[in-house]
Amino acid sequence: MFRIRFHGRGGQGMKTASRILGTAFFMQDYEVQDAPRYGAERRGAPIFAYVRADKTAVNERGIISHPDLVVVSDDTLVGMPAAGVMQGIDQHTVLLINSHENADTWQHRLNTQATIIILPAKEEVEDRAELPYIGSQCAAAAAALSNVISKDTFTRALTEELEHLGNEIIKQNLKVALTAFDAISSHAGIIKESTRPSATDYLKPEWIDLPFENAEISAPAIHSGATSVEVRTGLWRTMRPVINYEKCSGCWWICSTYCPDGAINVRDDNLPDIDYDHCKGCLVCVAQCPPHAIESIPEHLAKEQELSGVTS
Amino acid sequence: MTRKLLTGNGAAAWGARLAQTDYIPAFPITPQTEIIEDLSIWIDNGDMPARMVTMESEHSMITAAGGAASSGVRVFTATSSQGLLHGMEMVYTVAGWRVPFVMVNVSRGLSSPITLESDHNDIMAARDSGFLQIHCSTCQEITDSVLMAYRLAEHKDVRVPAIVNLDGFYLSFTREPVELPDTEKAAAFVGEFDPENLQFKGSAPLSQAMAVLGGGPYSYFRYEAHLAVERALSVYDEIADEFADTFGRRYDIIDNYKMDDAEYVFVMVGSFATKAHDAVDSLRQAGWKVGLARLRIFRPFPQEKIRQLLKGRRAVAVIDQNISMGMGGVLHSEFATALYGIKDAPAVLASFIGGLGGRDISQQEFFEMINEIKQACDKGVSPAPRLLYTQNELTEIRNLQAIAHAEHAEIQQKKD
Repeated sequence: MFRIRFHGRGGQGMKTASRILGTAFFMQDYEVQDAPRYGAERRGAPIFAYVRADKTAVNERGIISHPDLVVVSDDTLVGMPAAGVMQGIDQHTVLLINSHENADTWQHRLNTQATIIILPAKEEVEDRAELPYIGSQCAAAAAALSNVISKDTFTRALTEELEHLGNEIIKQNLKVALTAFDAISSHAGIIKESTRPSATDYLKPEWIDLPFENAEISAPAIHSGATSVEVRTGLWRTMRPVINYEKCSGCWWICSTYCPDGAINVRDDNLPDIDYDHCKGCLVCVAQCPPHAIESIPEHLAKEQELSGVTS
Repeated sequence: MTRKLLTGNGAAAWGARLAQTDYIPAFPITPQTEIIEDLSIWIDNGDMPARMVTMESEHSMITAAGGAASSGVRVFTATSSQGLLHGMEMVYTVAGWRVPFVMVNVSRGLSSPITLESDHNDIMAARDSGFLQIHCSTCQEITDSVLMAYRLAEHKDVRVPAIVNLDGFYLSFTREPVELPDTEKAAAFVGEFDPENLQFKGSAPLSQAMAVLGGGPYSYFRYEAHLAVERALSVYDEIADEFADTFGRRYDIIDNYKMDDAEYVFVMVGSFATKAHDAVDSLRQAGWKVGLARLRIFRPFPQEKIRQLLKGRRAVAVIDQNISMGMGGVLHSEFATALYGIKDAPAVLASFIGGLGGRDISQQEFFEMINEIKQACDKGVSPAPRLLYTQNELTEIRNLQAIAHAEHAEIQQKKD
């Protein structure tokens, strides 16, 4: 059985990718199961979807815990634990990353035994939530790697899944998707289908008897304040608002009031300060600032600058 | 025969469409919403000649469903979890009216704490209502069950509403190959709705809200409803035969897999049964005589069939994806009731509670359940009920509690 997981950000079309690939396998006479995993359900937030395909009925269900192939549309997610990209990856897994960097760099960075293949990233876009056609490219690359889906079948699958978007959009998607298909073809057949766990030799589940605990401990209540701070929603951001303090008039209240997430604080000197751990990058502040003192820059560029020690 | 990939929700919507439903009172709730989205698109496009009305709550929705069915039209509706609970007063009420319609429930765990993911406590809460219950394990089964549910609910010997249940996420959002029944064949199979004397309209007054006092009349009506629900068992067998003849797919009241010579048996409902199916194959390869009995019709409860099926088996592992507080798994106690006092009852009837709030059940856990019941057989004692829960999961909750109770812990320290 093929077990394939797609990871991306809301808006990048991972559900669509899983559906295109699922339909392609199905047209190629495979039994198929595909499903998205809804989480934050917000643009930019990590999302994943998965596909199972086999020659006999697919009886497995739920999240794929040991994938044969993991496809990542946005390389900023790879190192983000909350995105779960690396979950269940071992030496038999193929990790396909859409990236400007090469496989050696990723191999070194991740220190993983998985096989890493790079889907060469197209020209960069400002807002990664709008990466054009990336879902179709990921589906095409996965199809090519499987080595059981022909280009013709893939074309028919994509056309069927995107039918509601009209011919022009299908054409554009096909163009980039088939290029990705060709670019990855040299690795065709690299995915190793994994087998089912055996009942003769299996790891026993570490079951425990749940102890009795008083309501003081066991009631589902949160007694400490501001625990939402622990959730780094800033990771969902694909565009970053940056305050130009030379232009900021110090009105102090407009951006901080309009921020729907309370992620703009006011400092002692009455200047606003953006909390990047929690700013989701909606850019309402950019639109509201009267002297236009807040600009937006691509988050992935900001990250790269931070990594190379250049402060913005 | 063409097959297409459909989500469980899509398959449910197709069931309503193919059954020539006339009226759909609706209210959205995760993970059911896609069902009413699909239906509303078809109605808008003119693909489905039905009327949909979005109501202000599930309470009104189920009232409208019962009311419309009383006027002699074919009704479909769908809900989930808290929605089913919100409408619960009317679930019991409309079942008591003895009006037939089909409601899909997309199973989702109940509050508190809140979850979006699946378990069966919602559907179990409707257990005693007078609705029939059909539990599905694949997307194909959902479409087919909706069609069969109309036949069953509308049968003159039965005439009560029916719930078709499917698991949230594991089926609702999961696409699988579905062979859609041919439109005309499906229409012919379901047939015209014969409402008998349910023809409420201006010129034909009908009161369904009567009060009865003294207990005698009340007992009569309630027990008649019970007998009607029981009667659905024999009626179902005929319908299943006809369905198999027409569409080539057979759905028995209990779906048995490798049960002929099975010594150890999994008993369960719902979509996790396909995982158990795989586990049975693996365990058989390892030399164990294991089988799976998946209950498809939960209400009426097929006691006699269960007795016939399970007598003489060595041990049974009942997997409950629900929990009755202070008692344990609902299926387990119902199976114990069915098997009590019969000759050759299995010596071990073990209770496993797993899959609460969408928690997965791994293949290794299925293997281990069989291992546990075999050991219990050898010792001759039924094991204590077990929640499928691991050390890692407890560690995870400890980490969350450390955050949730931080401030409380500080206050306590100050007090001390």
